[in-house]
Amino acid sequence: MTPSPVIDIRDLYFAHNGQPILEGINLSVQAGDFVAMIGPNGGGKTTLLRLMLGLLQPLQGSIRVFGRPPGQVSHRIGYVPQNVHINTHFPVTVLDVVLMGLLKPGRRWARHGRRDRLAARRALERLEMEDAGNRRIGELSGGQRQRVFVARAIADDPEILFLDEPTANIDTRGQAGFYDLLRRLNQHTTIIVVSHDLLVLSTYVKSVACVNRRLHYHDQAEITADMLETLYPCAPHETCQVELLAHGLPHRVLKSHESR
Amino acid sequence: MKAAEMLEALQFEFIRNALLAGLLASVICGVVGTLVVVNRIVFLSGGIAHAAYGGIGLAFFMGWAYMPTTIAFALLAAMIMALVTVRARHSADTIIGVIWALGMATGVILLDLTPGYNVDLMSYLFGSILTVPPTDIHLMLGVGAAVCACVLYFYNDLLAMSYDEEFARIRGVPVTALYFFLIGMVALSVVVIIQVVGLILVIALLTIPPFIAEKHVSSLLGMMALSIVLGVFFSVSGLIAAYAFNLTSGATIILVAGSGFFLSLLIEYLKQRRFQRNSKMPGSGSAGRSRHTS
Repeated sequence: MTPSPVIDIRDLYFAHNGQPILEGINLSVQAGDFVAMIGPNGGGKTTLLRLMLGLLQPLQGSIRVFGRPPGQVSHRIGYVPQNVHINTHFPVTVLDVVLMGLLKPGRRWARHGRRDRLAARRALERLEMEDAGNRRIGELSGGQRQRVFVARAIADDPEILFLDEPTANIDTRGQAGFYDLLRRLNQHTTIIVVSHDLLVLSTYVKSVACVNRRLHYHDQAEITADMLETLYPCAPHETCQVELLAHGLPHRVLKSHESR
Repeated sequence: MKAAEMLEALQFEFIRNALLAGLLASVICGVVGTLVVVNRIVFLSGGIAHAAYGGIGLAFFMGWAYMPTTIAFALLAAMIMALVTVRARHSADTIIGVIWALGMATGVILLDLTPGYNVDLMSYLFGSILTVPPTDIHLMLGVGAAVCACVLYFYNDLLAMSYDEEFARIRGVPVTALYFFLIGMVALSVVVIIQVVGLILVIALLTIPPFIAEKHVSSLLGMMALSIVLGVFFSVSGLIAAYAFNLTSGATIILVAGSGFFLSLLIEYLKQRRFQRNSKMPGSGSAGRSRHTS
């Protein structure tokens, strides 16, 4: 028997304006997994992420995170949004942004405990951003802000970390370091990362979920020819090969379809 | 005008009351206005302030008590606006515009229909800070204290909601309830202050000090504090100018605040230009040197 999954999605259906976006989604993620959610733009991967975060409600089916509806476990999950360019003029320091990751329902008054401040500083240190604590968030570059948002997400030691296109603002060299960090975090944390960048991911993740209206889950990162076959709707052969060519770095290379 | 004359003016109770009213309005507007500016609900707040005129018309027409009727009417209009904006925060301009106009028109018509009442729209627009009765000062004091206490109590949640609503929601902040609460607070503050300083001055004090303050601080609390200081400065210097040159007080305060607004824009512009020139310096310097060596 496998232990009960941290995320359990059953027969999920979601539509927007009458247009089905996700259909017949079944997924169970075990603790310690490192899942890449890949798929074409508009394929529903971000929608599925928002459903898992409790920001959207499924029209049919159920989602359980730690066996409960997603909205009720907010303090056990971390989230790094895709857009780091929101509100860049907002008068708030980096440290205060990270402290938002330690918010707990019902804690009031304009103050933070010493424990929270310490946790926020530690999170910044892990992202090598400790010197930026007192700077205004708008002064940072996109990549630095991304690190701050990761610090905000991990400040409360989440058991699951969700990331939406986390490397969109980081240059290629920074990306490797970023995924190394995720790999370290993965020793204690289940990670689910949305990306369209299959190849960079394939060296780091443990499993892949392909989302294109339907979901295909593969419990290994090795992208096999078999898998390509099954995930036909979400990764047309041409797309995969183009990505393969575009990178041209030694990866766990996809087997080409023809070579089978 | 000499300082002695100024001190003499302080002997008049109406001058002292006017200063006190300006001070209290600055505190309330500094706190609420900061939240209004960072949440980008300036237009919505203007809508509430104008729609509230319908409440005044209703109070006179029905012969009901002025303050409770106006507050109830403004809260109703505010909640409708909150309802239509809560899903799509930045895209409900049209409906706000309609409620804005409807409220104002209803007020005018109801006052027309009220026998024996002579409509004075000007006093609603510009208020009469020089004739503030002590009861209104007490009311502002109460509302000001309540607003400050509520904002400090919910400070972290308000900050998280204002900065990143989605993340706040995920962290379990009751964003929707808080948004309605914020709009309700805006409505209550606006109605209480309009009575004293007029609608136009409310909007000016609600937006100008926070706008100037935003660039010079690194926290919401700092923005509120600096807004209050600026608001007090504008209203006191405006009152002094109005007294010295015998001008309409509300309009003078607004002119002072408006001048401050453009002055801050100018300073910002000059600062930016100097920054750009300084950052260009090393580039042009090296270009000059390379020309020498070649």
